[in-house]
Amino acid sequence: MSEKRLLLGDEAVALGALHAGLSGVYSYPGTPSTEVTEFIQNYAPEVRSRWCTNEKTAMEAALGMSYAGKRALVCMKHVGMNVCADAFVNAAVTGVKGGLVVLAADDPSMHSSQNEQDSRFYAQFAMVPVFEPSDQQEAYDMIREAFAFSEEIGLPVLFRVVTRLAHSRAAVLTGDPSSQNALEPSSDRGWILLPAIARRQYLKLIDKQPLLLSASEGTHHNLLEGTGARGVIACGIGYNYVKEADAQNITLLKVSQYPLPEAQVKALAARCSSILVVEDGQPVVEQGIKALLGAGYPVEGRLSGRLPRTGELTPDNVAAALGVPSSRAFGSAQNLAPRPPQLCPGCGHRDVYAALNQVVAEYPGARVFGDIGCYTLGALPPFSALASCVDMGASITMAKGAADAGIFPAVAVIGDSTFTHSGMTGLLDAVNDHSRITVIISDNLTTAMTGGQDSAGTNKFEAICLGLGVEPEHVRVVVPLPANMPEITRIIREEIEYDGVSVIIPRRECMQTLRRHKK
Amino acid sequence: MKKDIILSGVGGQGILSIATVIGEAATAAGLFLKQAEVHGMSQRGGDVQSNLRLSTEVIYSDLIPVGSVDLIISMEPMEALRYLPYLSRGGRVVTSSKPFVNIPDYPDHEALLAELASLPDVVSLDIEEAARSCGNPKGANMVLLGMAAPAIGVVGADELRAAIGRVFARKGDAVVAANRQAFDLGLAEALKY
Repeated sequence: MSEKRLLLGDEAVALGALHAGLSGVYSYPGTPSTEVTEFIQNYAPEVRSRWCTNEKTAMEAALGMSYAGKRALVCMKHVGMNVCADAFVNAAVTGVKGGLVVLAADDPSMHSSQNEQDSRFYAQFAMVPVFEPSDQQEAYDMIREAFAFSEEIGLPVLFRVVTRLAHSRAAVLTGDPSSQNALEPSSDRGWILLPAIARRQYLKLIDKQPLLLSASEGTHHNLLEGTGARGVIACGIGYNYVKEADAQNITLLKVSQYPLPEAQVKALAARCSSILVVEDGQPVVEQGIKALLGAGYPVEGRLSGRLPRTGELTPDNVAAALGVPSSRAFGSAQNLAPRPPQLCPGCGHRDVYAALNQVVAEYPGARVFGDIGCYTLGALPPFSALASCVDMGASITMAKGAADAGIFPAVAVIGDSTFTHSGMTGLLDAVNDHSRITVIISDNLTTAMTGGQDSAGTNKFEAICLGLGVEPEHVRVVVPLPANMPEITRIIREEIEYDGVSVIIPRRECMQTLRRHKK
Repeated sequence: MKKDIILSGVGGQGILSIATVIGEAATAAGLFLKQAEVHGMSQRGGDVQSNLRLSTEVIYSDLIPVGSVDLIISMEPMEALRYLPYLSRGGRVVTSSKPFVNIPDYPDHEALLAELASLPDVVSLDIEEAARSCGNPKGANMVLLGMAAPAIGVVGADELRAAIGRVFARKGDAVVAANRQAFDLGLAEALKY
């Protein structure tokens, strides 16, 4: 029974996965990927979908489900690929049984991220296929195909979307749902990656590469159109911008499945005198076709400077690269100021920073190391409280290293969800080294930045810290409210003065989830 | 026939509800639609926008090119000006006239409103005041939608009014009626121009 529905790109992925007979989704929230899992949680409660502690636990659990013969989806933002990389790369060596698709939502232009790394590099590195839909309909259709292909070829498939597809809505025609796979565990010894077996498995992976290439060359998602003298390769949503520009005299190769279809690229090169590569993210294809076509063939794109080296594709920079003039009528306004995001009124993180700033002002050598979440906004005025924000969990370990080097006081500010994601192991290092650091776990009982998802450690933080070996008298809990400022500042001062690891847990519910719960 | 719209405002002002109503009306009318939204960090009190494209033909890009927006619908006057480079020569700006000041360096209000007034085709109103005046203080975005209705064109005011009914149905008849009243107030205002 087919039906037309208005769906976000992320929702189209989710519905396609469900219709492919999905048995479980394993994810950690991260913009712009979060809505995939949320859709599945709301739409299909019978499918396993609870949030995971981090992307690595998610990837491994999905691999376990695949081992059991069932179809599993892993969802994350691009930087989550760094966290799950160990499991992801080795899943290509073990191979998979039930279809296993890894959705990576890349964020070129860093709308909500700290870098614009391109997940296609991970797939190249792991030697697995990539599916990269150009629009919402393809997102739905291709994730269904990705599950089937993953099972057929015995490898995980990387499913890459970017922010503008993930968070854009369009009508999608859906198809008939498939049922879930039966429980049928693998009995293949290839899952045991002892060196002797791993060497054989790695050869199997190498042997599959020609099959991946012929699949890319055979799919209707990779197509040549037009007969013009100017060659264009458009990857994923780049295709839409090229079509929008309506440039004349081009031959267009649309690429939505990798490895790069070499036959079509060579055919395009033979037909045209140059090739422009339009790809969102990093110049993966631009680099790749240089090797394929030789140094003499003129290739343009982000490396050559025809498209900007950084930032997302837009209809404007693609039109300019194609030589299509802009129809701009108005210049930028005069009376305009930037309006950066900020902590909500009444947010507990505000009280944490107010107290912390008051105390650290007494210590000229103090440094506060930040982490990833709403509270990163404490780096901006009016608080300007943070010295760093690097990756999930880095506040604690950077504070530790800084303390090792002699910085005093070294303070870490980390959120509850980030702490369980990647902060706990660093805290254990600090305890074992008796590092002189003060860790503030600002607990708002949710994963707030991404919209209020459940946080893995809620109600467990004191027990976790004690279990990791933090002294009971140096695990302090406060309620971050303006009225409690004297108590909070006193406790921060006491714990900074303690020569060892201390943890302060300011705990008050997020204003956004509080408002939702009151409704 | 196509209509390219930018909806803008400050995170939390409810621009997506406007987009949802227009989207519902456009879907019911059988139009092609693409709607790019901002999720994530900016929703925390930062500037937010949504690109909404409606057409009788296939739409390719999720984003609207510079210089081709037919209509800017903004919950906040400075946020309307932010997207000026996207406005087409004959495009219209429909905006709240009341600044939302949550930053220290917000521009001078008079200069801001003067720049807005200097544009060729502007409809502006204190929509929060208008919403309060019709007893629906949460309906400022529906006042704004009413103000934008004549310029949306590809779906008419009656289709939008019907869409309000479907979008807010689960909140009850009273909410639907109040939102329609706010919409009608905005529509009457726009028809004065």
